[in-house]
Amino acid sequence: MANLATFEEGTRQLLMGNEAIARGALEAGIGFAAAYPGNPSSEIIGSLADVARDAGIYVEWSVNEKVALEAAAAAAFSGVRSLVAMKHNGLNVVLDYLMGLALTGTKAGIVLVTCDDPGALSSTEEEDSRIVAKWANLPLLEPGTFQEEKDMTRWAYELSEEMKSVVLIRGVTRTSHARGDVEIGERLPPARDARFAPSNPVEFTSVPAPFKHMLANRKMERVREIFESSPFNRYEGPVKPDLLIVTSGSGWFYALEAVRALELEKSVGILKLATTWPLPEKLVREHLSRAAEVLVVEEIDPFLEGNLKELVGEDPAGVGPVRFYGKRSGHIPAFGEINPDIVTAALARILGIEYRAVEPDYSQKALALTSPFTHGRIVGFCAGCPHRATFWSIKNALKLDGRDGFVSGDIGCYSMAVGPAGYFQVKTMQAMGSGTGMACGFGKLAEFGFTQPVLTVCGDSTFYHATIPAIISGIYNRADFTLLILDNSATAMTGFQPHPGTGRSATGENTPTVDIAMICRALGVRVEETDPFDLQGTTEKVLDLMRDKGVRVLIVKRECALVRARKEKPAFKMRVDSERCLGESCGCSRLCVRVFQCPALTWDVSQGVAGIDEVLCAGCGVCADICPAGAIIREPAE
Amino acid sequence: MMEKEPLNIIITGVGGQGNVLLSQLVGKVLVRGGFHVTIGETYGASQRGGAVMSHLRVSRQMQYGPLIGEGQADVIVGLEPIETLRVLAQYGNADVTVITNSRPVFPAAVSSGGAKYPTADEIASAMAGLSARSWVVDATDIALELGPPILANVVMMGTLVGSGILPVGAEAFETELRESLPAGRDGSSADRLAMNLEAFRRGMAAVAP
Repeated sequence: MANLATFEEGTRQLLMGNEAIARGALEAGIGFAAAYPGNPSSEIIGSLADVARDAGIYVEWSVNEKVALEAAAAAAFSGVRSLVAMKHNGLNVVLDYLMGLALTGTKAGIVLVTCDDPGALSSTEEEDSRIVAKWANLPLLEPGTFQEEKDMTRWAYELSEEMKSVVLIRGVTRTSHARGDVEIGERLPPARDARFAPSNPVEFTSVPAPFKHMLANRKMERVREIFESSPFNRYEGPVKPDLLIVTSGSGWFYALEAVRALELEKSVGILKLATTWPLPEKLVREHLSRAAEVLVVEEIDPFLEGNLKELVGEDPAGVGPVRFYGKRSGHIPAFGEINPDIVTAALARILGIEYRAVEPDYSQKALALTSPFTHGRIVGFCAGCPHRATFWSIKNALKLDGRDGFVSGDIGCYSMAVGPAGYFQVKTMQAMGSGTGMACGFGKLAEFGFTQPVLTVCGDSTFYHATIPAIISGIYNRADFTLLILDNSATAMTGFQPHPGTGRSATGENTPTVDIAMICRALGVRVEETDPFDLQGTTEKVLDLMRDKGVRVLIVKRECALVRARKEKPAFKMRVDSERCLGESCGCSRLCVRVFQCPALTWDVSQGVAGIDEVLCAGCGVCADICPAGAIIREPAE
Repeated sequence: MMEKEPLNIIITGVGGQGNVLLSQLVGKVLVRGGFHVTIGETYGASQRGGAVMSHLRVSRQMQYGPLIGEGQADVIVGLEPIETLRVLAQYGNADVTVITNSRPVFPAAVSSGGAKYPTADEIASAMAGLSARSWVVDATDIALELGPPILANVVMMGTLVGSGILPVGAEAFETELRESLPAGRDGSSADRLAMNLEAFRRGMAAVAP
């Protein structure tokens, strides 16, 4: 079947927004693509990795986002168009390099795609990446449709080369993790004459910095002129609208539907901006001067809104009086994600229109008929997940130790241990690798009267990404903590991408395995290993390590249950012996379903006994060891 | 058929039930049929167990956004009854068509014995009271007769097509299944195709007038 690299020119294909960006980069003739996975951006590089051979390009999962950008810049400096993609957290990681790269510029085109996650649907924070464009003097594109995601990515390479500048593309969850039909264009071949040849000694450096800063400012003036005539900025509506909506990115569709829902096509206009930094000033001023009221529709921060106000402030007389509505006025929320209902409600409120999307009778009836049953679903560990077993052991070890020990953690599937899935065991969670960095601090507080044992967790992919420097710092400074590396042999949270410990590259080739235990042993710390499914053994090892001194490492190794399920049949067939399950009279107070909480464990209310959902059970067998009555039976699977 | 512009379809379920794959299959067939299709997917973190929802917008004229407004669904297909009710309450209206798989995936509140799961009657009457047409289909049971439980999503695709609300017919879907599950060198993938086709047809039959 045809794939992203081999789709025929002129055909229409259903593409995920992230795939449309990837296809745009292929059409531009990229040769090099790199990233560290992070949702909602993972499929950009992931989909390129899947077709790398057909496309004749190089694709890698780098150890972290900063290295990905550095590697991609090296390709661009050598004349090979390159792409790097990340989620907003990743942009934080690359900033140190990006600021230098922004002053340096590039030779071949380089595009950095950053995907923000309004509402933090798959993130631990929400932030607006666009501010970086203004900060670093970089052109910023915000595609609003699937076709634009492809076409603007392609165009971004021309812009990048013309301006010798990195170009930023900002997506959001609703443009990245959505699909739409896209018309496929022609694909250019990648350059095959790569060569690093600076034309002067400082061409590929950021110095002299003030001079390069001056050049960067000048570049932005030229970019602004190019943006003035970009076909991706367009206006839809009457010549002189009563109210002007200015929007970018995902706001375009929402604004369009809001205007239609309220039947305001004749009185409300929409200026859809796709080039949002630097703003095409003439175009924007012209539209602002034709309207007295402006609603700004955008995701996360009032970035566009602030920049529009700046333009008005520079030339109040030229634009004339304008009243702004948006996040600052409270008509559009300044946190969480927006949607068509929010935009319609804002528009109706400004114009004093009564609008109801749903009949009140229907709403009331719906509430009465469904609310007794629509219990929320807590996102938790999968059936058979090694993390559940690990946190069960950690909980028990901390209790047995009795010195009020705790766990600092970071970002990964195991972040869910801040909640009931991991028995509320993880107490701090901010950034990749931050649990270990924090342990370096907690582990040095003894002289201030601190007596609690410090545990910290990181995943295997996080170990490579950001934990190694923290371990070294802890050893160097004689901090006291135990690091548990939860090695499930995958970057599981983001879609099971391979990493340096898996022995497999992004494109499926065999690579050297960078062994976690060997690295830790080479650092000179005590290293133990355990199988998380061995609850007793793991608990004992955690207890023993907690009583030791210095930096200690426990590698908790078991493959991710979802990865394993693709390759192997379940190890055990589980059943509940209803004779042995004492139900409510046991005294365990439904320990298995209430506390252990594997989704495959159920409670039969009529019989008052536990049960196993065979459709969900992964056959890991761990629950047999937590039942005080020994009623959960582990039998070898056929 | 399709008098509605755009046609708003919501497919919902619990992570791990094949929700996203189902919406993608439906979307592909409609793009091939010459329609503009947009699919907005809400699945959050990639683990199993969370509520998952896909919004499909189908239009002859233009591309629509990835989110359907409240009360604006034309069809709701649920792979899990509680999720069907949740989506019906938020996106339903008196004219909506709603079809659900009968097999529950218990939320933690229910599986821990603390809350009650609705009975089959309660599910059916809530659906009937909040829609123009509704069906409860034993899709997981059908899937388990034919093969793995995940096949319930193809059964539900059959019910969506069988309800007659889509502007393309069963043949286009069977073609798509044939092309996306091509017969391999061994016999196994041929069995897989036959199994999927059978699941699709059983779904169609389950809502046949």
